[in-house]
Amino acid sequence: MTVVAINGVSKQFKGGTVALRDIDLEIEPGEFVSLIGPSGCGKSTLLRIVGDLIQPSEGRVTVNGKPARKAREDHDYGIVFQDAVLYDWRTVSKNIALPLELAGTPRQERQAKVEQMLELVELQGFGDHHPWQLSGGMQQRVSIARALSFDPALLLMDEPFGALDEMTRERLNMELLKIWAETGSTIVFVTHSISEAVFLSTRVAVMSARPGRISNVIPIDLPQPRGEATREDPHFFELVTDVREALHGSHEQVPS
Amino acid sequence: MSAIAIGQHGRPRVDGVTRSLEKASLFFVVLAVLYGIWEGYRWLGIHFGWTHPFAVNDTTMPHIHDMVNALFQPTRAGGPLLVGILWRASLFTAKEAALGFAMGAVGGFALGTLLAHSRVLQRGFLPYVVASQTVPILAIAPMVVVWLASLHVTAWISVAVIAAYLTFFPVAINTLRGLHSADRRALELMRSYAASTWTILWKLRFPASLPYLFAALKVSATASIVGAIVGELPSGIAGGLGGAILNFAQYYTFAPQNLWATNIVAAALGITFFLVVLGAERIVVRRAPENLA
Amino acid sequence: MSSAPVAVQPLPQGGVARMVGRRARDWIPAILVLVLTLGVWQGGVKAFHVKRFLLPAPSAIWTAFTNNQHALWREGWFTFQEALGGFAIGCGAAVLLAMVVARWRPLGNALMPYAIAANAVPIIAFAPITNAWFNPLTKSSKMAVAAVLCFFPVFVNVVRGLTSVKPQQLELMRSYAVGQLAVFRLVRIPTSLPFLFTSLKVASVLAMIGAIIGEYFGGSLDSLGANIKQDAALFQFEKAWAEILVACILGIGFYLAVALAERLATRWQPPGGFQSE
Repeated sequence: MTVVAINGVSKQFKGGTVALRDIDLEIEPGEFVSLIGPSGCGKSTLLRIVGDLIQPSEGRVTVNGKPARKAREDHDYGIVFQDAVLYDWRTVSKNIALPLELAGTPRQERQAKVEQMLELVELQGFGDHHPWQLSGGMQQRVSIARALSFDPALLLMDEPFGALDEMTRERLNMELLKIWAETGSTIVFVTHSISEAVFLSTRVAVMSARPGRISNVIPIDLPQPRGEATREDPHFFELVTDVREALHGSHEQVPS
Repeated sequence: MSAIAIGQHGRPRVDGVTRSLEKASLFFVVLAVLYGIWEGYRWLGIHFGWTHPFAVNDTTMPHIHDMVNALFQPTRAGGPLLVGILWRASLFTAKEAALGFAMGAVGGFALGTLLAHSRVLQRGFLPYVVASQTVPILAIAPMVVVWLASLHVTAWISVAVIAAYLTFFPVAINTLRGLHSADRRALELMRSYAASTWTILWKLRFPASLPYLFAALKVSATASIVGAIVGELPSGIAGGLGGAILNFAQYYTFAPQNLWATNIVAAALGITFFLVVLGAERIVVRRAPENLA
Repeated sequence: MSSAPVAVQPLPQGGVARMVGRRARDWIPAILVLVLTLGVWQGGVKAFHVKRFLLPAPSAIWTAFTNNQHALWREGWFTFQEALGGFAIGCGAAVLLAMVVARWRPLGNALMPYAIAANAVPIIAFAPITNAWFNPLTKSSKMAVAAVLCFFPVFVNVVRGLTSVKPQQLELMRSYAVGQLAVFRLVRIPTSLPFLFTSLKVASVLAMIGAIIGEYFGGSLDSLGANIKQDAALFQFEKAWAEILVACILGIGFYLAVALAERLATRWQPPGGFQSE
């Protein structure tokens, strides 16, 4: 069954700005789809519409076959923002346990899950730390652990590594792929890094701005599992070039 | 207020006039509601004979129109109108407060700057700067007046010193805080230019501290008025608002509306001082509308 | 009438709160300053034969303090009860109203300018009126002044705290499909705690000042304020100073208690402060 189905979605903001126009996209289970595009192309807006954090002006979104609102209420997805958005007053463990707490999971089960998540994001031993004691990369790992703690079928990520340095970013890319393989979840990933999109994704949706549209969907047929070797694969560079040209093409198409 | 500022964001300019009208009408609506609450509570209290938390009658809660009316009546037959008396009293108190504000702000800024440059001094003096605020200023006001009188200082200047005492603390603390708020990278940039301590202070730390400084000055604007009024109480200075309050408090049972009217004028003076500092901030720190109040 | 800063944003730990956690070594400069000040004061008074109505020597104040200890602490306790009662009423009402206002934003937007204006009003001038409302010999009138003084800074700061939540934190909560109540409990209230405590520290100082000034306008002779006024009028300056000393000790104690409560309630915060450089 299709995990995310976006049909004819448009979004016009109150001021009159058209952020998105006629978006159609279907995402199948286990896919890793990146949304890439210039600033202001509405990629983050689209992600938020999928998460029912904002409503589309037109069109429909279903998640796991349910309306987006129902899916949100059923905790069908986890979300990760560019900032870790951790609660400063909660320890790492308690931050990760927050969604479980809200869902009414019993304490014992919660603790077991937190331990499992800490291991998944390689933060064993940091459970009792407070967010300010962690580096930016570590904070973002906590944020990912929190999003995954309740085993959502879908993970929405809004430029999660955008604020991190290149080295940390590449390491977290690897970790994310490992987590993706282990959990088998579906990921929608917003980024403006071409190489990151190509490296991670099974498909890259290239968007253009004003109004935001999907101009191209490029399948990334690099072999799995990916690793350091992938980044040196000639086909990787071809695909990066494809995405870059698609992006530039979408720029030129804009008659302003 | 910041919520309002956010609301303004990104709206077309055409709305400007409408919004000013909206704001003005909102102002009157809130005033009317406050008036209604006062008069309503008064009516209910008198009607049902409430004695808790206090007995409601013409003495404890005069009509608001009586308070305003009192402003335009002479306090004694053939004397000047109350509003005239209070106007002069306000000017007198404002003079004390303004001098005190100036002294306190300069002193506070100097101390804050000094402490910002020496950790030892900071450790030595900061606890006392904080503790000094817990001293009930009213209690030492008469001593201050006596001290300064023995040095042949005019009484109203003694009151200004008391106002300065209340002004000084917020300014000192926030100057210290503000001077330390400069961005680390900007500091490093300055060091890379081999800038002197003074240049860094003037070109970087001081501008960075402005929002903090103005936050303190707004608090101090009110504090200086409080200091002036409180300082007048035990010093036997009759010319200011403190003297008027003391005087009308003694005759409260006969003419409660006079004391209420004095309070209204004192409130107006406090708000005026606050708005003057706010205006100065708007001019100096143009970039920070969100720091309002 | 806020005589302590309403900060641009609350520091992780303000003023004395941090000092409580300081190491003993860091206190040495402060102790030196105290000893030096007392020494110069004592020496100066003796050397220049300063008249006792101008400034009694610390030793004379100390003698007055020890001789009258029993009465002084009784007066102090009386005044402190007034301050504490007013603090509780004023801060409690402010927090409750702030929560209502933070929940219904249009109401908050309409009221905030007035609260800010009220913050600029010298509320202390209101003290003689509360003496007309209540029997001036009871504690109620002073509690009323203290409560009104405490109300506005706490109200303004808590509204600010409750509404300064980052939008993404609210989005996260929305993604969990939780109700307003949970958002309040899990996000808004913890976010507002540093703001709350900043204002509670201000309010602790204001409550003491409000009680004492209320007493000045007429109060029971069991209280500090009325006694300071009377002793100053009777030229018993050593005793007046001893009473001021008691007022300071209680004021500082009150402030430190609030600072300690802050420390306990916001343990999760990083240590920090002025010396961050």
